[in-house]
Amino acid sequence: MSDFWSMLFVFVLATFIGLGVIRRVSRLLYTPLMSLTNAISAIAVVGSIVVTGADHPLTIRILGAIALFASMTNIVSGFMITDRMLKMFKKQ
Amino acid sequence: MRLIGELSAVLATALFIFALYWMNDPKTARRGVIAGIIGMAVAVLATWMQPEILHHGWIVVAIVAGFLVGVPLSRVPLTAVPQRTALSHAFGGLAAGLVGTAEYFLWLGEHAAQFTPFRTGALVVEVILGFLTFTGSLMAAGKLQEVRWIPQRPVTYPGQNFVNLGVLGLAAALGVVLVIYPTAAWSGQVFIAIAALALIFGVLLIIPIGGADMPTVISILNAYAGLSAVAMGFVLDSKLLVTAGALDGSSGLILSIIMCKAMNRSFTNVLFGAFGKAQPALAAGAEQKVWKQESVEGAAQLLEQARSVVIIPGYGMAVAQAQHKVRELFDALTKRGVTVKFAIHPVAGRMPGHMNVLLAEANIPYSALVEMDEINPEMPQTDVALVLGANDVVNPAARYAKSTPIYGMPIIDADKAKTVLAVKRSKNPGFAGIDNELYVLDNTWMLFGDAKAVLGDLVKQFGGGGIH
Repeated sequence: MSDFWSMLFVFVLATFIGLGVIRRVSRLLYTPLMSLTNAISAIAVVGSIVVTGADHPLTIRILGAIALFASMTNIVSGFMITDRMLKMFKKQ
Repeated sequence: MRLIGELSAVLATALFIFALYWMNDPKTARRGVIAGIIGMAVAVLATWMQPEILHHGWIVVAIVAGFLVGVPLSRVPLTAVPQRTALSHAFGGLAAGLVGTAEYFLWLGEHAAQFTPFRTGALVVEVILGFLTFTGSLMAAGKLQEVRWIPQRPVTYPGQNFVNLGVLGLAAALGVVLVIYPTAAWSGQVFIAIAALALIFGVLLIIPIGGADMPTVISILNAYAGLSAVAMGFVLDSKLLVTAGALDGSSGLILSIIMCKAMNRSFTNVLFGAFGKAQPALAAGAEQKVWKQESVEGAAQLLEQARSVVIIPGYGMAVAQAQHKVRELFDALTKRGVTVKFAIHPVAGRMPGHMNVLLAEANIPYSALVEMDEINPEMPQTDVALVLGANDVVNPAARYAKSTPIYGMPIIDADKAKTVLAVKRSKNPGFAGIDNELYVLDNTWMLFGDAKAVLGDLVKQFGGGGIH
């Protein structure tokens, strides 16, 4: 059970860091903030890679590949659209 | 290899935190995107290099498909950003739900030792949150995109909250059963039932919600998507996932709180309150006041003679894609020495920050965009308030009319300006179905028509020398 407590510890600390950092985000940037955090949480891609690529039964790997596709879509479109929006703010 | 994996996770975590930190200023924000991309690339490559990964072809295909869909999704017009955001929450939820499903059946088949009560519990949470975020966000995206077979107006029926909570409660109860009996002969069916109930709950959760609540709902779905990633981290024993999910979750949480405050409502009220329900007419029986319509020429004259103008944009500006015309008006007025500011209500539009992005796209300097709390003290000294497709956020009824759903919602004090010009698509009441008395005040003049067309005509008045 020790892994449970260390994971919970990480979760609580990360939440506090998140609250502290996000509170200071410029109000102008809430829309790009949402697309950026969306891209970042698509780090779930690492889970999908393991499920897809390891030597698992075929159906499991199909589920993993769909999840990998969904996460990758979020990563690509999330970072690209965030940058596109931020460019509009920066050129001023 | 193990070392590379751990090191890359630490590096990616640090980069993600920096990415969000740099979002505190538009000047450094793009650096944040680069930090995020590097963090992501490091984590993906390090995972891919692990020795247990054998089927590289599958990964390549899925990644290429992700690019093929992701690149066009990042090029949507900025007016479509709310539905793109909802869609990306749906993808995030789907990924969490599917990985959870894959893990469950994997453990069921080969690694029954993985089913500690804690991990099974995390798995259940991951699958419920993931799948409800998936269908809920798809519904929200459909509503925002105005897909024909998804009703725009909130759908309500008697006992709705009872049904919704019943579905969620049943899924949670089955989850408890699964934690106790993770490997019984019928456990696979229980798992599928949980997933199905979560998918149904996501739809039920969103059908009673209307457009005005979308900024809050998108923020809440954002928090759910983050939390489902956290649960996935618990299942997969990945601190990187837990951290990144927690960052996303806390961002969604903060935005939800800000949106709720800006509407003077609670979370439960948004999710179970059906905001858009048609309300009885505000002043039934009272004398029907009439609108005073203004001509474009008259409005142009008013604006030109003003010393200060505050423009209050709303969803109507986004629908009409009028932001570039707004810029032309801004230029024309600024050139004539008129001070022009924009008053931004936190829930104007369909997602947090929606107006800011549209106006930035039109190259309006962000120093001209002023938050509600800062602009309101200036409103009494403002010569002209130009309301542009905003409605509920400038309705004075929010101050006193206890029977309306917008009661207590902080508003932009457009009515306190010396003159109000309101551009409105039609003579229908706003989304919440409440009459807006701002439009019938003595100092208010209406300009009916599509925001883009009206602004185009206004700008012509200045450009063509019609006045000078």
